Amino acid sequence: MSSESAQIGTPFWLLAELTYQCPLHCPYCSNPVNMDAENAEIDTQQWLKVLSDAREMGAVQLGFSGGEPLMRKDLETLVKHASELGFYTNLITSGIGLTEKRIKALKEAGLDHVQLSFQAANAEENDLIGNKRHSFEQKQKVARLIKKYDYPMVLNFCITAQNIAQMPDVMDLSCELQADFVELATVQYYGWAYENREHLLPTKQQLTTAETYVNQFRDGQEGQGPKFIFVTPDYYEVRPKACMNGWGTTFLTVTPDGTCLPCHSAKILPLTFPNVKEQSVQDIWHNDFSFNHFRGDDWMPSPCKDCDEKHIDFGGCRCQAFMLTGDMYKTDPVCSKSPDHHLIQSAIANAGESTDKPLRYRVLKKDKIPVKTV
Amino acid sequence: MSLKMNPLYRLQYEKAQNGHVLLFPEGMVKLSESAAEILLQVDGERTETDIKSALRDKFPDAPEDMEQDIDEFLSHAKEKNWVLDE
Ligand code: SF4
Ligand code: SF4
Repeated sequence: MSSESAQIGTPFWLLAELTYQCPLHCPYCSNPVNMDAENAEIDTQQWLKVLSDAREMGAVQLGFSGGEPLMRKDLETLVKHASELGFYTNLITSGIGLTEKRIKALKEAGLDHVQLSFQAANAEENDLIGNKRHSFEQKQKVARLIKKYDYPMVLNFCITAQNIAQMPDVMDLSCELQADFVELATVQYYGWAYENREHLLPTKQQLTTAETYVNQFRDGQEGQGPKFIFVTPDYYEVRPKACMNGWGTTFLTVTPDGTCLPCHSAKILPLTFPNVKEQSVQDIWHNDFSFNHFRGDDWMPSPCKDCDEKHIDFGGCRCQAFMLTGDMYKTDPVCSKSPDHHLIQSAIANAGESTDKPLRYRVLKKDKIPVKTV
Repeated sequence: MSLKMNPLYRLQYEKAQNGHVLLFPEGMVKLSESAAEILLQVDGERTETDIKSALRDKFPDAPEDMEQDIDEFLSHAKEKNWVLDE
């Protein structure tokens, strides 16, 4: 066990996944693919306690996400409590269901910032990708409301092979909507995105073209307008990302049923994760087996164990290692030193090839959306 | 010209960090003690000169080059967009 050699930090970032319910059905959604098996959601009182406990421990950034957090009627209550505790509160939303009345109530409750996600820069593509009609129109309306109520606004565009060619439109739209920050995030392959990887992974050529465009656009901005952040998929890197800034060091995710995770995708791992219904957040963060499991470097396999970069990337992402190799203790295959790196290389080699695997839209059992072949 | 904080950023004392921080969408910058002292003076009304004399009053024994440090930090803060000219 590595708990002694590892320094246990503060869960500076709390991600509150309030619900898995969502009116959209994005095929790259990072929610677990087996959501139907989820238990009931924890109630308002339980969330209020999670917020108080985490703040007491030093958490300061708080993200309300989901699913679609607006599906929870008590969102305003939770925001108000969080804001009184001194959290910086971020609402991470698709914008569907964000009426003027609610945006005003959230402002009064003390919400600090709204991050609005777009599926594409035009109605046709956006609504196709999210599998819902008129959502694009609705999002633009919401973006204007966010500015009207004086929130800092971050737009998040999920970039995939399906929409990467529209970078110019995406950037123009961001300027028009007066975003403060814009994340052009090529999707990472977890949850539904992993299922749909053959459809979503852009080619190297597509990425280079997009990145060149972004850089040129930025050069022409002269410090004006939105700040654009381009996130490339780690499949095209030779070193893994320092996933979650190190397991159990900075991030704490609480899922709709109260399960605590060191990373929002960790539920796929063959570990038993603790629940706030049974233990306090403090106890979980400091003492739980799963949180201690990958702290420090005693767990590391070779080549990480003897690598002089192990304190830079911590051996990469445990979920990615597990998804690709079936073994969560392995070196992240993104690393060129990993014996499994060929798995990444072959996925890249197949990018842009046509596939007869159908595209799976994110669904809960009750949504009854047919699986479509594109 | 008076200086104001960019409303995108929030200055706050954090017990767990043992000092002041700047919070913004999904991020945080930890400030040194002197940086915090300077930003705490930025209130939308004071000018750079006002801020320097307020800090001189507060820290009469500070080294001579304090004013120069304040200038440097404020231009850094403007470059970062933390502070805006009113
Ligand atoms: S990625 Fe799409 S489907 Fe998943 S929660 Fe967000 S908006 Fe809903
Ligand atoms: S071998 Fe492990 S520690 Fe070294 S760079 Fe690769 S993933 Fe990181």
